[in-house]
Amino acid sequence: MGKTLAEKVWDAHVVRRAEGEPDLLYIDLHLVHEVTSPQAFEGLRLAGREVRRPDLTIATEDHNTPTVDIDKPIADITSRTQIETLRRNCQEFGVRLHPLGDAEQGIVHVVGPQLGLTQPGLTVVCGDSHTSTHGAFGALAFGIGTSEVEHVLATQTLPLRPFKTMAINVEGALRQGTTAKDIILAVIAKIGTGGGQGYVLEYRGEAIRSLSMEARMTICNMSIEAGARAGMIAPDQTTFDYIQGRPHAPQDKDWDAALEYWKTLRTDDDAVFDAEVTIDATELEPFVTWGTNPGQGLPLSSSVPDPESMADESERAAALRALEYMDLQPGTPLREIAVDTVFIGSCTNGRIEDLRAAAAVIKGRRKAESVRVLVVPGSFRVRAQAESEGLDQVFKDFGAEWRHAGCSMCLGMNPDQLAPGERSASTSNRNFEGRQGKGGRTHLVSPLVAAATSVRGTLSSPADLETSAT
Amino acid sequence: MEKFIRHTGVGVPLRRSNVDTDQIIPAVYLKRVSRTGFEDALFAAWRGDESFILNQPAFRHGSVLVAGSDFGTGSSREHAVWALKDYGFKAVLSSRFADIFRGNSGKQGLLTGELAQSDIELIWKVLENAPGTEVTVDLEQRQVRCGDVVAPMQVDDYTRWRLMEGLDDIGLTSRHVDAIADFEASRPTHKPRTLV
Repeated sequence: MGKTLAEKVWDAHVVRRAEGEPDLLYIDLHLVHEVTSPQAFEGLRLAGREVRRPDLTIATEDHNTPTVDIDKPIADITSRTQIETLRRNCQEFGVRLHPLGDAEQGIVHVVGPQLGLTQPGLTVVCGDSHTSTHGAFGALAFGIGTSEVEHVLATQTLPLRPFKTMAINVEGALRQGTTAKDIILAVIAKIGTGGGQGYVLEYRGEAIRSLSMEARMTICNMSIEAGARAGMIAPDQTTFDYIQGRPHAPQDKDWDAALEYWKTLRTDDDAVFDAEVTIDATELEPFVTWGTNPGQGLPLSSSVPDPESMADESERAAALRALEYMDLQPGTPLREIAVDTVFIGSCTNGRIEDLRAAAAVIKGRRKAESVRVLVVPGSFRVRAQAESEGLDQVFKDFGAEWRHAGCSMCLGMNPDQLAPGERSASTSNRNFEGRQGKGGRTHLVSPLVAAATSVRGTLSSPADLETSAT
Repeated sequence: MEKFIRHTGVGVPLRRSNVDTDQIIPAVYLKRVSRTGFEDALFAAWRGDESFILNQPAFRHGSVLVAGSDFGTGSSREHAVWALKDYGFKAVLSSRFADIFRGNSGKQGLLTGELAQSDIELIWKVLENAPGTEVTVDLEQRQVRCGDVVAPMQVDDYTRWRLMEGLDDIGLTSRHVDAIADFEASRPTHKPRTLV
């Protein structure tokens, strides 16, 4: 019997296999940031251990960094201490670091692919659940906790039990105005926030094949919101073209050898998945969330659901609680929900194509007066690229705030937060209670919906702008 | 790591599903660089509500959290485990755990025991009818006992062995350093390196 893509990558990294024990898996690339690493480095220090492979490790500052006044000392003392701790640790242990202000600084999941470090067939880990992003290249990439960060720093391996495999077939072509974000929100709504637990998801089908690398990253990024630790897409010419020429892409003979290997990284025709799900891309519309977990989403044309109509008791209880927190009434059309803030950014939708898509919608318009619009590029380079294309001016003319790179309001760790009761349309990945600030209310949307919403002030798609303009 | 064989302590019924790690510990508490002292951050947003379960005197000193399904979803922050441990929890029971959270718990000696949802409901009723009732989590017998309820608990063999022996993962892996070195010698040269 053939193997799935995930099984091929897994099997190529088994250092040791023994009956009754987890496999010991080799890690090709370890990404580090300031929030989940200090206790890991401290653990090494206390045990007198070193970083085994600094040459397979790279760090950047992203979660806790400010997006304004980045040339000044960080005002919040605990935040500054955390950043300084990372700098000290990287220096002491010989780890390459891209600090705030550096040309390669940015969100860790934007930086890896941008540098060409993320490649097909690698195992990639980071103390961040959105490490699943890198699966878009056909890498097996997943988030780990701080104890595991310490384990990888010390041994470059992790003891792990094999995952089960699930195929997500997205058939047919996407309609105009529908994006990768809508696909993944629809997938999560379909299988639920626990549907992927224990699985690696492999996204397949025509709609996936036709996506750019950046759009594929958006999809794999949110695998974790369906409970799956990793999501993957088999590499193809789109992948190879994206990597070639990047700073860490293989060169010359290595490129040829790599390419030959990468082309074997696809699920065999006779391989069997443990589970399969199929989505019809031709039926998808722009998707938005109404609740407090990413599975609580619906097409934008729908209304807020009525919990009483839900058959499952725990689903009903969760929906009741979500509507109370979100301050929404059943039956309200989603298009009538007014927001205070629009956030465009994050490792889900903070890349150049996302900014281009949003800018194209708002160009020549003014934002709704009641709405604050925050645009936070995923990396320093994304910001520079956008500026070279004049996108920053488009956003500024629109009335948006043009910020420096980082995780920002996706997780509300730095000062970019919602105030209690404030409502956002956000291109990020989590609508949990308080995620973007205590008492804040989040609707997850695509960059296109975010842009249209910032024009109209209520959840909208670009198509709504065309009708309102006439 | 401290050995875990069995534990008896006050059970806390948390009648919520999908308790994500942002609820267990909000991001603003992740700025600290220490591994302890997170007890004040546990369920920080909910603890502002007087009716929240941990604010009720009978449950304040609970050490066994009995939660709804899909506990620990979302962010990989191990701080969630540290906060639960620092508060005094020794075990969390649920019908389903998020993968990363379960892994993090195992590394820190916090037991995540999987029970049938029907057993979780029975235990919730016991704890709500008689607040302060103790729950025994018996890892050796793979069993949870609370009032009249005796429920089988699922924990995989390897995690059970590690917890009962109190073994540290890095120490275990370090025994295989030769296998790691052999593997490294066979890695293709086209794999990327961060340092040049």
